[in-house]
Amino acid sequence: MSITVRFFASIRERLGKGEDNIDIKGIATVADVWNKSAKIPLPPNVLAAVNMEYARTDQAVRDGDEVAFFPPVTGGAR
Amino acid sequence: MKIRVSAEAFDPWQEIERHQAGQAGLAGKFGATAVFVGTLRDFNQGAGVQAMTLEHYAPMTGKHLQRVADEAAARWPIEDLLVIHRYGELHPGEPIVCVAVWSAHRDAAFAACRYVIDELKTRAPFWKQELTDAGRRWVEQEK
Repeated sequence: MSITVRFFASIRERLGKGEDNIDIKGIATVADVWNKSAKIPLPPNVLAAVNMEYARTDQAVRDGDEVAFFPPVTGGAR
Repeated sequence: MKIRVSAEAFDPWQEIERHQAGQAGLAGKFGATAVFVGTLRDFNQGAGVQAMTLEHYAPMTGKHLQRVADEAAARWPIEDLLVIHRYGELHPGEPIVCVAVWSAHRDAAFAACRYVIDELKTRAPFWKQELTDAGRRWVEQEK
């Protein structure tokens, strides 16, 4: 299956890419998508989204999904 | 209800006035307007800030801002709502975000305005990179 992968902010800079397309065989999760595209261990504070919805790293992905990885969003102190 | 995410600098007061004037049927229906405007400071976490670049994930931002606005409209009896959020490069003194809520009475206007700004700050995917006196830095933890 084909997955579009997107990286933002400091994650994008660290990996040196903002977008990727990967092909995965069989059943795969968000974490599998990270491993295949980023090729470094998943940092603990990274957030993920599947098709614009926040997702856990053990969520399954489907063909055609867009999976995004990014640091915590920064809204500012109250 | 209007939601706009824009790279262009905006004047929140003009936007509020224009929005209110352009909504047929709104006049007479509201007795309260609550407004929040967030503006870029020239200091953050002990450093001088020269500029800030706001990066976002456009389709996800739009989806989540719309959802937060819909939630506010479902929870409080509001007549209208306006949200404008910047992205791109900003300088100190420039507005970052504006939330305006029109309602019959002030309780709903205040509560919905507060809800929208608080929720968008934790749910809308924006990331800040500051240009400080010491160079560029990503703001990833708020103190």
